[in-house]
Amino acid sequence: MTVPTPSPIVQMSGISIAFPGVKALDGVDFRLFPGEVHALMGENGAGKSTLIKALTGVYGIDSGRIVVGGVEQVFSGPAAAQAAGVSTVYQEVNLTDNLSVAENVMLGHEVRRFGLVDWRATRKAARTYLEALNLDIDPRSSLSSHSLAVQQLVAISRAMVVDAQVLILDEPTSSLDSDEVARLFDVIRTLRERGVAILFVSHFLDQVYAISDRITVLRNGALVGEYRPAELPRVELVGKMIGRALEVLTELEGSTERVVVDRSGTPLLQAIGVGRRGSIEPFDLDVYPGEIVGLAGLLGSGRTELARLLYGADHADTGETIVGGVSTKLRNPRAGLSRSIAFSSESRKTEGIIGDLTVRENIVLGLQAERGWLRRVPKKKADEVVSHYIEALGVRPANPDAIAGNLSGGNQQKVLLARWLATAPKLLILDEPTRGIDVGAKAEIQKLVADLAAQGMSVVFISAELDEVLRLSHRIAVLRDRRKVAELVNSDDVTTDVVVDLIASGGTSA
Amino acid sequence: MATDEITVKAAGKRPEPRLTGSVGRRRPTLDRRYLPVLGTLVVLALMLIIGGARYENFLTGRVMANLLINNSFLIVLAVGMTFVILTGGIDLSVGAVVALSTCLSAWMFLHGWPAYVTIPAAVLVGTLIGWVIGVMVHVFEIQPFIATLAAMFLARGLCYVIAPESIPITDPTIVKLSETRWGTDNGLVITPSGLIALAVVVIAFVTLHYTRFGRTVYAIGGSEQSARLMGLPVARTKVLVYVISGTCAGLGGLLFAIFARSGYSLTGVGMELDAIAAVVIGGTLLTGGSGFVLGSVLGVLVLGLIQTIITFEGTLSSWWTKIVIGALLLIFVILQRLLIVRRR
Repeated sequence: MTVPTPSPIVQMSGISIAFPGVKALDGVDFRLFPGEVHALMGENGAGKSTLIKALTGVYGIDSGRIVVGGVEQVFSGPAAAQAAGVSTVYQEVNLTDNLSVAENVMLGHEVRRFGLVDWRATRKAARTYLEALNLDIDPRSSLSSHSLAVQQLVAISRAMVVDAQVLILDEPTSSLDSDEVARLFDVIRTLRERGVAILFVSHFLDQVYAISDRITVLRNGALVGEYRPAELPRVELVGKMIGRALEVLTELEGSTERVVVDRSGTPLLQAIGVGRRGSIEPFDLDVYPGEIVGLAGLLGSGRTELARLLYGADHADTGETIVGGVSTKLRNPRAGLSRSIAFSSESRKTEGIIGDLTVRENIVLGLQAERGWLRRVPKKKADEVVSHYIEALGVRPANPDAIAGNLSGGNQQKVLLARWLATAPKLLILDEPTRGIDVGAKAEIQKLVADLAAQGMSVVFISAELDEVLRLSHRIAVLRDRRKVAELVNSDDVTTDVVVDLIASGGTSA
Repeated sequence: MATDEITVKAAGKRPEPRLTGSVGRRRPTLDRRYLPVLGTLVVLALMLIIGGARYENFLTGRVMANLLINNSFLIVLAVGMTFVILTGGIDLSVGAVVALSTCLSAWMFLHGWPAYVTIPAAVLVGTLIGWVIGVMVHVFEIQPFIATLAAMFLARGLCYVIAPESIPITDPTIVKLSETRWGTDNGLVITPSGLIALAVVVIAFVTLHYTRFGRTVYAIGGSEQSARLMGLPVARTKVLVYVISGTCAGLGGLLFAIFARSGYSLTGVGMELDAIAAVVIGGTLLTGGSGFVLGSVLGVLVLGLIQTIITFEGTLSSWWTKIVIGALLLIFVILQRLLIVRRR
């Protein structure tokens, strides 16, 4: 490990950025030294990407100072940041796959003679940059002919062309396999030795501990702290990322008695070795009638991916799904729906509620989808269903003609729930149903879920908040790095610490 | 905590010292990108063979020379359109700009302006309209379809203001340009218009393939978001492609004025669609990022050859030209679709 020189190359102090209604960053300090790999950690919405975008000039800052290389900077955009030596390689490789590798490396920096591009010299230069990263590929080949890992390295080569002193890697490993990650890390180490400051964002704890010299943790747009990995055990890191400010909820809910679910019959849904390449490794999962199965894991651990396979939103490459004792191919959401599986997406706004429609229309949508487009839902029946669920779920305002987009997050979630409940599902998959809603509404939704299960509905419950998963679930599947690492029956002995340990250790040392 | 053990899992596998790409160094094979253009070339060759077999005097220098000369303005338009479509845009205004350019030049000649003022003005009116479109598309983020549609109506309307009736052009420079022919006695001739069209093609080719601007055009078509994040001058480039297309339309109008020796407000109705058809038949993807200016030239020649064949056939109505073009377009678009699907 290199010893950081005393003066940081990047010094961000008191950075605040507000979006309408949200304080995305609140007085965050961040520093980056030459020749170090600095990991930026935090859950979704913690402000990692916002901080990066502030540094690269994509967002303007409301207050605070950004000093790069001793000069205070206000970047007007990515081009200005690059000119100051700050380069970014994004999660989605931002190259153009209609052009060759050489062009992607050299675009905008082609070698020219008499004002025209000298392709021979340009390709030669590209090869030099690629070879500096031990990347032996034909610069003439088309970028799209290479794997994502190679494209990622090509993007890093490009960053070297602009002589980057600061390299930001935003989730570079999210779609790489472990060999490819090792190669990427070799490149990162080479660059670190050359004195490049590297900002590394990843959800994979292993990788963070493997490569980084320093860790900064953000939570809810605020700085939690800056740590040395050796001084910060994983459990503490996870604790710092998730936070423990959930006592209010615990009081509200009180203690629920543990119901033992009868697991002797046929499971409602049985997944055997179901997996999808690049999404989640093959897993087994049984869900019995009346059972709530909680999925625990950090963001990016494969929670949503698993749920999407169960529902048929993505189709599995491997394994077998058995619904009610019958082997089934779930190729699309309609297949899931027709087998009485309902999936409530985590992105309420983009994949759930249709904001311009009324509450009534939003609720009836699910029913309509089930019936097919040609058979209209009779108005009388629709009215009945809508008023039943508005009352049962306590949607406020209790007005079926209210525009859904104007409801609060919690009430939108209830409308969404009503939509799926109206289709009378046997299995309800809830992905982050309580995200971004206030504590009271959270408790109501949790109670609803518990009541539904008591009536015999099976639920797969996903939440970033472990307390919530623990409070509701009968069984808990623990996920990490896109793999199901453990499954435990919930009891009073199972505490958040137990689950955090499992997440941190990957099930190897519980 | 089993910290070390886990660390090893991720970083422990030593990679081989040199990383080879998934394809690695391969023998030079045919680049997939050239396939659509080759397709066009094959169609062109087939048409020539069929025409040559069916009709006497088809494969003669005169017919081939006329193919170039009669379509010189369309070649210029298609070249400009190629720039726009390569960025993923579209320019519906060019037909109307051609008319505006012919009307303006005819009007200026009628009012005694000399050729050295009128000719640049006829071209620059297109440049100006192109610039306005570019600003609308980039600064105000209006979709190219709408921005150029507005410009189309504007230009067409201005034509009627300038020249409600057809105005003949009697200027000696234009007359000379329209009558000059260089070439041999057996009909293999070239006109100044043909030469201008060829020059435009060469300049466009060099610009697209040997300048940073040209490569930025391709990069924007590949992914505008990426191009911006790569720090390329996206704004400047996007405005410039519409300026180029407008300038080409102005020049096309001038060539048309030389060809028709008159200015008329109904000139070039639907010509923008011919230009788009030529570009698509020439293998350029409407989504942008892939295509060649030489393909567009081939596209124009295919369109022209269809017309020639139908003329040679004699008994067929000229509307058959449209039907054949429509069928060809469909085939090419479907072929492109298949290519994209295979690439994914």
